[in-house]
Amino acid sequence: MKQEGFFFRTFHLYYDGFRSMTLGKTLWLIILIKVFIIFAVLKLFFFPNHIHQNAPPGEEDDFVAKELIDRATPSHY
Amino acid sequence: MQDTLLTIDPSIIDWSRAQFALTAIYHWLFVPLTLGLAVIMGIMETCYYRTQNPFWKDAAKFWQKLFGINFAMGIATGIILEFEFGTNWSNYSWFVGDIFGAPLAIEGIVAFFMESTFVAVMFFGWQKVSAGFHLASTWLTGLGATLSAWWILVANAWMQNPVGCEFNPDTMRNEMVSFSDVALSPFAIDKFCHTVISAWIIGAVFTVAVSSWYLLKRRETQLALQSIKIGSIVGLIASIGAALSGHQSAFRIAQVQPMKLAAMEALYNGGTDQSLTGIALVNPFVQPDYQNDAEPPMRIAAPFALSILATNDPHGYVPGINDILNGYTRPDGTVELSADEKIQRGKLAIQTLAEYRQAKKAGADEATLQPQLDILKANMPYFGYGYIRDKSELVPYIPVNFYAFRIMVGVGSLLILFFAVVLFFIYKKDITTPRWLHLSAIIMVPLSYIASESGWLVAEFGRQPWTIQDMLPTWAAVSNIHSSSIMFTFFIFLILFTTMLAVEINILLKQIKKGPEYSS
Repeated sequence: MKQEGFFFRTFHLYYDGFRSMTLGKTLWLIILIKVFIIFAVLKLFFFPNHIHQNAPPGEEDDFVAKELIDRATPSHY
Repeated sequence: MQDTLLTIDPSIIDWSRAQFALTAIYHWLFVPLTLGLAVIMGIMETCYYRTQNPFWKDAAKFWQKLFGINFAMGIATGIILEFEFGTNWSNYSWFVGDIFGAPLAIEGIVAFFMESTFVAVMFFGWQKVSAGFHLASTWLTGLGATLSAWWILVANAWMQNPVGCEFNPDTMRNEMVSFSDVALSPFAIDKFCHTVISAWIIGAVFTVAVSSWYLLKRRETQLALQSIKIGSIVGLIASIGAALSGHQSAFRIAQVQPMKLAAMEALYNGGTDQSLTGIALVNPFVQPDYQNDAEPPMRIAAPFALSILATNDPHGYVPGINDILNGYTRPDGTVELSADEKIQRGKLAIQTLAEYRQAKKAGADEATLQPQLDILKANMPYFGYGYIRDKSELVPYIPVNFYAFRIMVGVGSLLILFFAVVLFFIYKKDITTPRWLHLSAIIMVPLSYIASESGWLVAEFGRQPWTIQDMLPTWAAVSNIHSSSIMFTFFIFLILFTTMLAVEINILLKQIKKGPEYSS
């Protein structure tokens, strides 16, 4: 009877649910491939944080200030 | 003209905008069906809970399965938009990240905990939890998705109507001073109502269309009949609700983004007693000569309707594009500055910001800095205008707004008629026989998606050139990166999303062809 606790039942909800999936297995495979592409490929190689890459740590505000002020300065163009 | 005046390669702006638009449009293909089917499956399971008729359980399971397929395909597609903020729109991200980040973070937490918990109970819990708890989980799954939408729409509404914030020139960030102003801004509430209700329409159309296909194939008749009934009732209520909330949205846009409304209407010169354009000949490929033309050619309009839409008064004043550019006086006597005056004040704000930061670095004391802070604060509402070189840049591309608005409203009106006709056939005729109506239902699926996406085109094209209304135009918000890298990821997304969409449609169609699994 001890096994009927909340955590045990919660565990079995997920465990039995995942084991008995049919279509769900295909969907999970698609989700995992998609999440891998998004986080391990796109984020890692194609979407760096532009400010962190170009501004010294702690001087991000100066970097953005320069960007925003320069783009409004007539001499810039 | 515009490009030669820019201080940044215009192709960076174009590709960044195109990529964001592509990602958002694809993301919005998945979201409305999730929100809409959540209502349909919730109603079906409620029927099962009340009647204990196993048919309703099978019906609920069938629609939950289709919901699950769409849900799985849509998961994480929105995350890519956040990647784009950090890479392509880094100035924007820094400038408003403190405000914009809060609703997005709440959305992430709500989405993860609420949806992942209750989705699991909904799919795995039929034999594990009580019927009441399962029903609650089904509704809470839908509520979780809707709350996610709420926070995303709060973030979007803030860009259209930035409230509850104050600019800090030391950190170069806008900081939130009132969470409630941001989270409960009238603009956000109107946007949420209109967007979520329109998503219910998509769910309803999808339900009626799938059911109509079964009727065409003469199978699953009971499921089809009951589903059409529920779908068309939800659809009719939602369609009327979308019209009413759309009116409220237009009223709000008239207050906050009058240029967007003027572009939607191709209203060059405003005034009182304004009529609403039904149709007019606006060249889709050229920005109209709004400075010299009185109105678009071959215009057919409903008298007083635009004044009612924008002000709730048939004689209300609605400014046109030229009025907004040249400045005008509202009926209450307040004066809206001309574009030239706003540009001067924006330039003053940016110049003062530069001087303030320079003085601060040089070690100036607070008393010296205070006058600069006062000037900055007084002119901050026009900060973005400091980047405008020519006031024509303040006019969004009129043809897109004009036609997208008409497609949205036209299809929306057609949907009201469609659901009313379906309900007429259900209650007064025989819905199983008219093939034309079944085929119409299937055709309504792509039409309703086109209407839904058109709504977003109006919302986003209409606020150009602003990423944040009056604060930051696109060419100040965008990162100075190589356009080729944005172009490359644009095509990666195009392939990725198109593949996912094809996979989803394929799996959905297979499951629809397979039909429900009956328990007895």
